[in-house]
Amino acid sequence: MSIIVNKDTKIIVQGLTGKTGTFHTEQALEYYGTKMVAGVHPKKGGSTWSSGLESAAELPIYTSVGEAKEATGATASVIYVPPAGAGAAIIEAIEAEIPFISCITEGIPVMDMVKVKAKLEKSNSMLLGPNCPGILTPEECKIGIMPGSIFKKGSVGVVSRSGTLTYEAVFQTTAEGLGQTTAVGIGGDPVKGTEFIDVLEKFLADDETKSIIMIGEIGGSAEEDAAQFLADEAKKGRKKPTVGFIAGRTAPPGRTMGHAGAIVSGGKGGAEDKIAAMEAAGITVSPSPARLGTTLADVLKG
Amino acid sequence: MNIHEHQAKAVLKSFGAPVADGVAIFSVDEAAAAADKLPGPLWVVKSQIHAGGRGKGKFKELGPDAKGGVRLAFSKDEVLSHAKEMLGNTLVTHQTGPEGKQVNRLYIEDGADIATELYCSLLVNRETGRVAFVVSTEGGMDIEAVAEETPEKIHTIDIDPETGVTPDDAAKIADALELSGTARDDMLSLAGILYKAFTEKDMSLLEVNPLIVMEDGRVRVLDAKVSFDGNALFRHDDIMALRDTTEEDEKEIEASKYDLAYVALDGNIGCMVNGAGLAMATMDIIKLYGAEPANFLDVGGGATTEKVTAAFKIITADPNVKGILVNIFGGIMRCDIIAEGVVTAVKEVGLQVPLVVRLEGTNVQLGKDIINKSGLNVIAADDLDDAAQKIVAAVKEAE
Repeated sequence: MSIIVNKDTKIIVQGLTGKTGTFHTEQALEYYGTKMVAGVHPKKGGSTWSSGLESAAELPIYTSVGEAKEATGATASVIYVPPAGAGAAIIEAIEAEIPFISCITEGIPVMDMVKVKAKLEKSNSMLLGPNCPGILTPEECKIGIMPGSIFKKGSVGVVSRSGTLTYEAVFQTTAEGLGQTTAVGIGGDPVKGTEFIDVLEKFLADDETKSIIMIGEIGGSAEEDAAQFLADEAKKGRKKPTVGFIAGRTAPPGRTMGHAGAIVSGGKGGAEDKIAAMEAAGITVSPSPARLGTTLADVLKG
Repeated sequence: MNIHEHQAKAVLKSFGAPVADGVAIFSVDEAAAAADKLPGPLWVVKSQIHAGGRGKGKFKELGPDAKGGVRLAFSKDEVLSHAKEMLGNTLVTHQTGPEGKQVNRLYIEDGADIATELYCSLLVNRETGRVAFVVSTEGGMDIEAVAEETPEKIHTIDIDPETGVTPDDAAKIADALELSGTARDDMLSLAGILYKAFTEKDMSLLEVNPLIVMEDGRVRVLDAKVSFDGNALFRHDDIMALRDTTEEDEKEIEASKYDLAYVALDGNIGCMVNGAGLAMATMDIIKLYGAEPANFLDVGGGATTEKVTAAFKIITADPNVKGILVNIFGGIMRCDIIAEGVVTAVKEVGLQVPLVVRLEGTNVQLGKDIINKSGLNVIAADDLDDAAQKIVAAVKEAE
């Protein structure tokens, strides 16, 4: 099993006709035939998107998410719309009742995400991101921008706030021969959809996920909340070997480190507090991002 | 993006917030005219720098007994003498670091009769995803200290974006500040004003400390610190015009022109990385092996050769840099693009310090080939641990 997405997930693309959307949709189509079914563009409805692939794959473009969903039976949407319009694009997907929405766009104004979050809470949709690399279930489905070549079908569930550190975890677990069930990038923005806890709950419930790698970074308290969640679940007997990493131990307070959400402010959100909380919850925290795979392999050996 | 106090007050005033009259000046010549525009008998002369703790701050060039960065003046002559002492000198506060910041502008303000000092800020509460008021009766103090010592005196009120500040929310805020009479009425309306300013201008922080109740019972914004969401500046030309680049690091300004996320640090190993998380982790691992990073630099997902070249130039322009670590995990970012950028940059600016390059991911072999064929003196590394150890060793050896 995998979590959230699999070979049956049908995906529409909001922002397909741009350069980024086109490139990553081609990559997804090439990745074990991920079911990309349509694109959405308010002014290009009725036209056809042509890939530059050898297969000459094409996708129909619809005027709205609602139309595309009705025509294709899509259950997921991926958003590459530029920052100024991305908040509205997410809201359109929520209003069209798309079950799973993944927003890759980086740089959406926080106030737009505050509006999105209010809509999201009143809906049944799940939002991943924004400012995230997406989600990938090896050999089945690739949504977003993760490089498919480093994945291998296997037993590790990966969840991360950082894109490139997700790749490190995937690459290293592949090198260890463990492979992944699903890798989920929840994104680096302060106001977002899916949090660590939502993903961890699914990994705990998934039989094929035998172990977990969780990668956090400075800012906010999502890692502390996640550690508390894992500790509480462990008391109920739900427990899987978990390795963690926190980026930003050396980040100066009050400065935003690339990700809008990566900031230590008011004495809160520092790396040491997060590491302490994770260790207290029984997570083995790797001191180096280069040793995620070996640390997990060691933990699994006992 | 941060702005000065006098600018923040002008923005708040435009939304109807009660602020004192004041005049910003950039030279001592303007001080007398500024004082003349205000009624007296009390003036406040305030240093305008992008850092807090100005009142308790000390000027480097003046003796330890000299007054701080915010001063009261009881005559126009005193306004003038303060201005002479403050302008052009370097103010050191707990937020500026020991090097301090040069005071290039002052704000001359009409003094107020303060009865009570309160605290009121607005920010985005990450846990709820909503704009929140954070208020306390303990105004005029360092709010982090209040949070540490008496957390029960800090109240957080989240606002539903679909309703804005409701009468119920405003009442909660006024209750938390223990206000009554005229002051309460003022606060009920000020809550809506501050929320409107915050949301319409895409602020990331609006801190009024202190918010005061005056002897006449009216409420006034006595100090204001405002930061804006950098991602929303595209829709606020008026706010962009308030940017004061003299308050920013030159290398960071240069980096922002190329859309590079760069933060200058104090160490001696320059870093160029793709992805914010990996860039932070690269800094951490340098520290883990006993050295200090000179910067945070994320070239981003869609970097071009030009962007990589610019990044490399910014790193090498820092005289503290004694070694460079390039760490790339190519996902969207292709390793060959990075390699070309590095080679181009080195050819343009030369290479005086050791350079370690670690490439992994998309087109890694192409990237390695480009570096190898360039004839440059580059130390190749297999993984991040290896890369960090190699650059730390190379820098120590060069010393």
